[in-house]
Amino acid sequence: MALTWKASEFFDETGRIARFAGRFFTMGLKPRYEIKELLNQCFIIGYKSLPLIGLTGLIMGLVLTIQLRPSLTAYGVESQLPVMVGVAIVREIGPVITALIFAGKIGSSIGAELGSMKVTEQIDAMEVSGTNPFKYLVATRIVAATLMLPILTLLGDAISLFGSYIGVNIRSVTNFRLFFWQIFDTLSFGDLMPAVIKTFFFGFAVGLIGCFKGYNSSKGTQGVGSSANSAVVLSSVLIFVIDFLAVQLTDILGLNY
Amino acid sequence: MMVLKNETPALTDPQKSIGEDVIVVEHIFKRFGPNVVLDDFNLVVKKEENVVVLGKSGAGKSVLIKCIIGLLRPDKGRILVFGENVPELSHDELDRIRTKIGFLFQGNALYDSMTVRENLEFPLRRHWIGFSQKDVDALVMEALENVGLTHTVDMMPEELSGGMLKRVALARTMILKPDVILYDEPTTGLDPVTAREIDNLIIKLQRKYQTSSIIISHDMNCVKNTADRVVLLLDGKCYIEGAYEELERSNDEKIKQFFE
Repeated sequence: MALTWKASEFFDETGRIARFAGRFFTMGLKPRYEIKELLNQCFIIGYKSLPLIGLTGLIMGLVLTIQLRPSLTAYGVESQLPVMVGVAIVREIGPVITALIFAGKIGSSIGAELGSMKVTEQIDAMEVSGTNPFKYLVATRIVAATLMLPILTLLGDAISLFGSYIGVNIRSVTNFRLFFWQIFDTLSFGDLMPAVIKTFFFGFAVGLIGCFKGYNSSKGTQGVGSSANSAVVLSSVLIFVIDFLAVQLTDILGLNY
Repeated sequence: MMVLKNETPALTDPQKSIGEDVIVVEHIFKRFGPNVVLDDFNLVVKKEENVVVLGKSGAGKSVLIKCIIGLLRPDKGRILVFGENVPELSHDELDRIRTKIGFLFQGNALYDSMTVRENLEFPLRRHWIGFSQKDVDALVMEALENVGLTHTVDMMPEELSGGMLKRVALARTMILKPDVILYDEPTTGLDPVTAREIDNLIIKLQRKYQTSSIIISHDMNCVKNTADRVVLLLDGKCYIEGAYEELERSNDEKIKQFFE
């Protein structure tokens, strides 16, 4: 009985998210465009997330390198460390970790902000002022999240590789140019493009879920907290689901070799 | 003249009502699940008239004005604002008619990420795209002058007191110089002195701009100060309507409980 109820709740929620996404494509992308607010959101979502993404990327590259070194040394392939770390970061770890950090920061922020606006009737006030709140608040945030995450991922990857370079140089001395030449010599179009393309979907998922949870927040401060929390949880799960589907697709297309 | 619900005269012909009657609510029904909030409710508001809708908490007063401005859709019935049936209007038509209607929210609903100036500019920018910054600045300062808060123009809402927030919200409501203003419990949560100031502001601005108003309230001082006519909303219906003094003298138990 409880299982049936859970399943029904799951399908109900999925349906509502799908309808919300449908509304974004039918209403949110039509003129009048809120260009000023979109640029403002790009600044908030993109530029203001950069320090956090950069810091986590740097640590991720550093730690990954230090952790991998003993295993590679054991097999006598320590020289392949830059290649291994580079491929891992660019193809998988960089996009997924950046998206998860992004979901934690931006998903919760959007969920809480819109939830709070809903509870304090600011969304109604906006509608009364002749503004379509769905376009002004939702569409701009979803588009900004979709556009900013790929850029942040590329920057995060670059900083991560720099962290890896520092990690390599803790125990040995490697030339900066040689280190990056080794990485870029190994990486191909098939490594980079699927990784970049899937980050657009990650960004869309984070923006969509954050807006959905905030826009449909129930009354009260507890509702706002719950919106922020469930926005992070659901968008994180969605990131893994999208990643799994993307890997399956690239495998079918033969891009994983 | 005090009129009991079952004596309510037949509503005027909508064609005939245009001009004289600003808002005509005809036989509206609204329910949320099994809870019937408005049950065949009728109301007419005339030009430059202040109508107070009185009722207990949860009686459906806020639902009524949200239906009038199109934030909620009634299940049945017509709501004519300047002769146009609000529930049947498209989004663009609603936006057009909303320029003539101001709405003061119970919790003020000021945008907390914007300064007072930006809060007041927001509706102007949405409706009057062609206006220069100089015109916008002049209108913002005029609106703030009306409520005596020009010095708060660059402050954030969090820096203002409850009474000041209400006055800024009132300034934002008035900035497009609407013909009709809907007040959702304008004095709730304010001390008696500030509440009286808000009442006086409502009357002052109504006289200055010749607006019609629907004021939702259960603050009897506010009702007494602002009402030309009082409508008592009970069990989703218009139980009685009349002047404040007439209702105050009534011996009906359901009416008396509001005046005790």
